[in-house]
Amino acid sequence: MAGSGTMGLKPKHQRLVLLAIALVVLIGAALLAIWALRNQASYFYVPSEIVAERPAPDRAVRLGGMVEKGSLRTEADGVTIAFVVGDGKARVPVRFSGIVPSLFVEGSGVVAEGKLGADGTFLADNLLAKHDEKYVPREMQNMTDEQARQVVAQTR
Amino acid sequence: MIAEFGLAALWLAAALAALQLIAGALALTPRGAALAGVVRPVAVVQGLLALAAFGALILVFAETDLSVKLVAMNSHSMKPLIFKIAGAWGNHEGSMLLWVTVMGMAGGFVALVEKRLPEPTMLATLAGQAFVSLGFYAFLLIASNPFERLSPAPPEGNGLNPLLQDLGLAFHPPTLYLGYVGLSVAFSFAIGALVTRQVGPAFARAMRPWVLAAWIFLTVGITAGSYWAYYELGWGGWWFWDPVENASLMPWLAATALLHSCGVLAARNALRAWTVMLGVVAFSMSMIGTFLVRSGILTSVHAFAVDPERGSFILALLAINIGGALTLFGLRAATVTEGERFRPVSREGALVLNNVMLSAILGIVLFGTLYPLLAEAMGAKVSVGPPYFNPMSAIFFVPMLVVLAVGPLLRWRRDTFARVRKRLALPLLAVLAGIAIVLAIGDVAVLPFLGLVLAAGLAVASVLPLRDRNLRRTPLPVWGMVLAHFGIAVALFGMASESAFSVEKLVAVRTGETTRVGPWAIRLMAVEPVAGPNWTALEAQMLARYQDGRGTELRPQSRSFWTPPQQTSESALLTRWNGQLYAVLGGEATDGRWQLRLWWKPFVPMIWLGGLLIALGGVLALAGRTASDIRRLVARDKIAYRRTRQGR
Repeated sequence: MAGSGTMGLKPKHQRLVLLAIALVVLIGAALLAIWALRNQASYFYVPSEIVAERPAPDRAVRLGGMVEKGSLRTEADGVTIAFVVGDGKARVPVRFSGIVPSLFVEGSGVVAEGKLGADGTFLADNLLAKHDEKYVPREMQNMTDEQARQVVAQTR
Repeated sequence: MIAEFGLAALWLAAALAALQLIAGALALTPRGAALAGVVRPVAVVQGLLALAAFGALILVFAETDLSVKLVAMNSHSMKPLIFKIAGAWGNHEGSMLLWVTVMGMAGGFVALVEKRLPEPTMLATLAGQAFVSLGFYAFLLIASNPFERLSPAPPEGNGLNPLLQDLGLAFHPPTLYLGYVGLSVAFSFAIGALVTRQVGPAFARAMRPWVLAAWIFLTVGITAGSYWAYYELGWGGWWFWDPVENASLMPWLAATALLHSCGVLAARNALRAWTVMLGVVAFSMSMIGTFLVRSGILTSVHAFAVDPERGSFILALLAINIGGALTLFGLRAATVTEGERFRPVSREGALVLNNVMLSAILGIVLFGTLYPLLAEAMGAKVSVGPPYFNPMSAIFFVPMLVVLAVGPLLRWRRDTFARVRKRLALPLLAVLAGIAIVLAIGDVAVLPFLGLVLAAGLAVASVLPLRDRNLRRTPLPVWGMVLAHFGIAVALFGMASESAFSVEKLVAVRTGETTRVGPWAIRLMAVEPVAGPNWTALEAQMLARYQDGRGTELRPQSRSFWTPPQQTSESALLTRWNGQLYAVLGGEATDGRWQLRLWWKPFVPMIWLGGLLIALGGVLALAGRTASDIRRLVARDKIAYRRTRQGR
């Protein structure tokens, strides 16, 4: 740093130097944060969006929609499940290894956190289902795009 | 009756806060000097009335008075008494009442005991405290009345979120609130000092114990909250960078910076404007956290109020308080004279670096927490998680740790690296040994590697300030600093070890089968239904053996509550000196197998042990400072007494 000179500085100049250091570090932190957020923020997709504009394979994203009826299957290891998430327009196969939330059932809303694999299967490392059963209305079975978005907004 | 009594007490407290504000402000003018004597007693009574209102709320919850809307919405007659009481603050209205209670009590306490500052500064401080309180009283009485009646009373209540029905969590919010709201005192002191232009060592010495106390509660609250998330959510993690966690971390970061800059101002009369600024920022972070959590714009277990009216009310309070304080700062900062000078290589220099780094981490966390809101305003739904927070905060945390190791060894005002070089040989040796050990163990990712190695160096460096000291005569605050810094090394070691060496296993097994995770062999003996006061559960009985030693029983549960209907998983923990075994029972898989999720987490309890050591360091420092303050006061009184006698 400034070395021998600082003690010779007038108090006013020392204050300016300190202020400058603080500003440089804080602005640096802000720029770094903006850069990192553009790369690291996990974007939210509904099935029709993720099919139309595929995120990069190693990028963490979230996928929200309805678990299609009759699509849920447990694999032989007893802890991996496969199911299809749809929004009425597109369907995305999802695989998940772990303990599913209690309100995760076919025909209800879900948000999966994970990555889209190269083969188009979404590999989830976490599933979020809304805690309360009241949040899943019956009309959801034949929902429109707008309804799908509403469900998605509720389960997000 | 009790509810009406509580509401009346609340209105009276609000009226007294208004009186405190007006009397305090007028007493600062030459014509209102006669009002000066009113302010302190009013502050004390206001705090007691708020406490009475809070007591009334606890009473209606304890006896489950279902004609009170808040009780009907959030409680249930079948709940154990302790959770009925804790339910009083496990909801939006109750937690805001707790907020104003703590705020009123803190103001009253300051009014009662704080005699170190010139009286005008105290009057301005208490007026500032009343101003902030008044906003929150208005919020309670207008937008979230906790004592609202319900007619007719329902036959039964809705119950409390089962995740919150946990003994640790019952006392977690009050602890955190004591910290959040305790910082309001620092905020008011900053206002008082700005209004009366009395920024100096006396101001820092008066403010420091209050900041220290709030900081201790925050530290304990965050540590407890992290442990709660760890065992109650059943996800095996101890920090998720959830907005609510960030809301508690941000005031802690600001308070930590404030604590250290207070030290510089008290000892050396430097960093004057900066300390005042941090006093404003610390409580602003508490309020921003409250806004994020209480407005419902961020969804989470903690977000009780999904209500736009309340959200905008808190936002307005936020704008008035923070905007007002910053404006005052802008107007007065230029008249706060520059502090004493110091060289870059000095204790002050190290503390400046500590402050700047803490502020940078604070900025990183604040920005990451608000980013989803900004993005949503522009039409994109994003979430920000560990891939952003971990490396970004580490960039500033790592240099801060280096400064933390060196700084306490430096002298005030001016020093040279040559003088401390010899002393740093020992921590460097520890770092090198750490590098050798970790490399020998094998493949460890960059951040955990840095964490382990720096923890080793810091653990040694943190006790170095005790060298060449007579340990019996070492002042308590020095012990406190050493202990807190050592606690950071301990916690860091736990975090790094958890992240580097955890082993996870997810399997489906039949009863009687054995599975292995790390050094453990775990046999599933049986899965049976059990029942509690307001839940039923499936309970697994497992026999865990460490390196084929004697078996210990583990009983994780999958619980179903019926009011409200919800399932939680109660993990089972087995703690050894070198780590923790963590077991979660999942659902029933096909063909009679049960899903189990098991973790072996080496040295993970060090995280919370470290947190407690940090808080204990704070307690020692507070005890030492308070004792010497009291001694000084007593001595001053004696001198004054002798003078009056001699004068006669």
